[in-house]
Amino acid sequence: MIKSLIKTGEYYDSVSLMIVGKEITEMDGVIDAAVVMATLENKAILKMSNLYLPEFDNCSDTDLLLVVNSEDEQLLENLEEIINDLLFKIRNKKSSQGSYSPKSIDGVVDICPECNLVLISIAGKYAGKQAMKALQKGLNVMLFSDNVSLETEINLKNYALENDLLMMGPDCGTAIINGIPLAFANVVNKGDIGIIAASGTGLQEVSSIISNNGCGISQAIGTGGRDVKEQVGGMMFISSLRALNEDENTKIIVLISKPPHPIVLDKIKLIINGISKPVVCIFLGTISENVDGVLYCETLEEAALTACALSENKPADGVKSFLSQRKLAFSGICEEELENIASTGKYVRGVFSGGTLCDEALIILSKNIDIYSNRAIKIQFQLENSWFSKEHTVVDLGEDEFTVGRLHPMIDFELRNKRILQEAEDPETAVILFDLVLGYGANENPVGEILPVIREAQNASEGISFICSVTGTEEDPQGKAMTIESLEFAGINVMPSNAAAAELASSIIQKLKKI
Amino acid sequence: MSLKKLFKKKIKVANIGLESFKDDLEKQEQEVVNVDWKPPVEIENITQQILDDNKESIEKANEKVIQIILSGKPTLIGLDIARNVIPNMKENLLLHSGPPLTWNRMSGPMKGAVIGALIYEGKANTKEEAEKLASSNEIEFSPCHEHNTVGPMAGVVSASMPVFIIKNEEYGNLAFCTLNEGLGKVLRYGAYSPEVIERLKWMESDLYPTLKSAMEVAEKIDLKNMIAQALHMGDEIHNRNRAGNSLFYRSIAPAIIQTAKDTETAIKVLEFINGNDHFFLNLSMPACKATLDAARNIENSSIVIAMTRNGTDFGLQLAGTKNEWFVGAALVPDALYFPGFTKEDANPDIGDSSITETNGLGGFAIAASPAIVQFVGGTANDAVNYTMAMYEITAGENNIYQIPYLNFRGTPTGIDVMKVIDKSVLPFIDTGVAHKEPGIGQVGAGVLSAPIEPFKKAVAGLAESIKKNLQNSEELI
Repeated sequence: MIKSLIKTGEYYDSVSLMIVGKEITEMDGVIDAAVVMATLENKAILKMSNLYLPEFDNCSDTDLLLVVNSEDEQLLENLEEIINDLLFKIRNKKSSQGSYSPKSIDGVVDICPECNLVLISIAGKYAGKQAMKALQKGLNVMLFSDNVSLETEINLKNYALENDLLMMGPDCGTAIINGIPLAFANVVNKGDIGIIAASGTGLQEVSSIISNNGCGISQAIGTGGRDVKEQVGGMMFISSLRALNEDENTKIIVLISKPPHPIVLDKIKLIINGISKPVVCIFLGTISENVDGVLYCETLEEAALTACALSENKPADGVKSFLSQRKLAFSGICEEELENIASTGKYVRGVFSGGTLCDEALIILSKNIDIYSNRAIKIQFQLENSWFSKEHTVVDLGEDEFTVGRLHPMIDFELRNKRILQEAEDPETAVILFDLVLGYGANENPVGEILPVIREAQNASEGISFICSVTGTEEDPQGKAMTIESLEFAGINVMPSNAAAAELASSIIQKLKKI
Repeated sequence: MSLKKLFKKKIKVANIGLESFKDDLEKQEQEVVNVDWKPPVEIENITQQILDDNKESIEKANEKVIQIILSGKPTLIGLDIARNVIPNMKENLLLHSGPPLTWNRMSGPMKGAVIGALIYEGKANTKEEAEKLASSNEIEFSPCHEHNTVGPMAGVVSASMPVFIIKNEEYGNLAFCTLNEGLGKVLRYGAYSPEVIERLKWMESDLYPTLKSAMEVAEKIDLKNMIAQALHMGDEIHNRNRAGNSLFYRSIAPAIIQTAKDTETAIKVLEFINGNDHFFLNLSMPACKATLDAARNIENSSIVIAMTRNGTDFGLQLAGTKNEWFVGAALVPDALYFPGFTKEDANPDIGDSSITETNGLGGFAIAASPAIVQFVGGTANDAVNYTMAMYEITAGENNIYQIPYLNFRGTPTGIDVMKVIDKSVLPFIDTGVAHKEPGIGQVGAGVLSAPIEPFKKAVAGLAESIKKNLQNSEELI
């Protein structure tokens, strides 16, 4: 029996509603439930899950919808009371801070003149306007939201540049400003390495490795992935580069991005030429070229270690030889894993929560094998249906086709867990490769969420090699060492970096081919 | 360049969106300002476009309106009978609170007050006679607001009723309001029993002439000053008027004693005023009305200059849209009910008294009135939060009316409909609650937020009027 409830004019953010929805779904006798704001997107999701009712037709963005499918009539009868209790708890948590919560940017400026950065994560269609308001009030912005138009991004960044403000994003998942991790970020050491990244998980991987190697971060500025495209012209990338060049606490600069548009790349090079500080570049997927004063790296790990070497005044070329030597040492693990892989196993299946981590794995694997992906580099390897793997495949579960109406896979593991099981049930799967991102913003209990699924996957298959890497630091709320220990105990190969994990997977697959 | 400077500053974050980001920062012992954000109210694209395109002229007009509101000098200058002073008042005309309304759409308390007024005027002897008359074409109805008048609750004004005359000394315009009858069974809550009519008659025969002659001696009373003092003394000037009433009593008492026809009358009048804490409401309301009326007809302004309810509809008027009403259904308040009554008994919101909120008092100034915080959740903190929210939808802060607890910050003044829509924050109104049946009277007091509909219509109406203004000026060229 399906029952619904509409609460007009009540607004809650998506995470709060997800918590409420989860609590209702977990109640005895509940078959399915949804608690969402009545946006067009959410209504479409309700329709897909057969939870849509005609009375929702006239509801709009500021109306709260609750639908419950349950056999328990008592529960349905008390539905309003139950939901009110749950919502009250969340609201109460909100107001427990006692002091006034402003309703807008105007209100922020009114009650907190010392506020200087606004972190925005509301739906994309509203986010641009709020970001512009913040800039107009002289506040720096980190715009986490995606689905902000290119035109809006350009307007925002133009305004920010004219007014010497930081405009990180849209779609900026990570930043560390003056030592404060914002949104998805790891707890890293302070230090002299400044990072500019058009990639969230790329930034997390590099900053974590730097910190784990005893060096530290001065600033980590996220620009959003589109900054280095032709239309945006690298506006934030370039102004951040200038700012880090002038920042006396920054000695080394690391640039992280997908390959910038050639015109943007030329601009960046021009600025780098005028910079006396060493610049380490990782433009994932581009071939290294030698430019004076610029150190091009092939992997995020290499970029991090190179920056560390520079920070410690050690020769940077030691990093490349260290990494190639380490690769040789993988052969032992490789042999062990081969023995465990079922005879039917042929393919690697990468299931990623971090977009850049997925890209990096894809680049490494595609050196030796043809590999399909929903973020394929070559069009012929683009997956027709992202929900199903084909031969060798790596998928980014953070892509739009997976996240509409759902939280990011770094927070909500459900979708990836299902995918891991799906891959494990395929007898042709030889290797399951995945990432695990720690830090603020990410799932608080990644081990508890993923291990039961790995065990189930291990039971469901004849023999699969599980390989992963953990992006994060010991100081992260989840703790890196404990995380690795638990994963290893479950028989998972935990590699020191995302690149190393992909390299191991690549070696295993190549050897499998030879058998 | 300031990016470099930012790296040297302490970062203080405001968070809009996912609360978990705020929680994460707090775990790291960072102070975060969390924005309680809501999506804007949906309006037509064309409306948004016109308003965006004309932002500057709207803001300029609003500045002018705020200036007029802040410069207003509402002063009590005397009393008279409605028919003598209220513009276009007629023997067969009844004024009522709220936007325009016909007899058949009137709520219980409004009908009750109409019945009472017709009996009081001697036009009917019974409820039935009054109802018959009211539903005929012989009686005309018109909003108080369209006659420079305001009335609490039903706000019914008939030709014989005595009224206060308030003059805005800065601009010369007048406003009128009847005399407050007290609590319990009263006409304004829809009661019309013999005791109600008797009291109205006494007010006409004794109270009115006494006060009128006293005012002839006192000449005038500066209401702006009195309201400012009352705010400092714990009134918010809508649901609590105890301080204002005491101040008024103190300033009028000598003149009453001096001019009353006899000591007994003087005592009765003084006791009547002293025994009714809301006596001052019928002075603070027309004071607000006189202040706001001066700001009518300022082209392109998005500031609300009247916000009122008639028990059926909620209506508002903007400075920039002449005398056009923007109307939606009135809501039932959240209230504390008198023993024996519940929300089931409550009539939808009623009365012109939300003119106080329109002028930045009442619910907008609730932080000044800790004595009545039980209406808003029980703690002084709740009251402060309500007032703080109102600063987000107003265009200015009062220069004279202040809130002691907020370091004497001026009250939030001049509701800007654009901000209401943009932030999905609705004006917060203190109110009394009438029984939905005629003849019963007040059943509680409480608070509520204004309904959204009239504000949506108002922005559309403003856009329409701006468009017309632009076309007209093009034609002139």
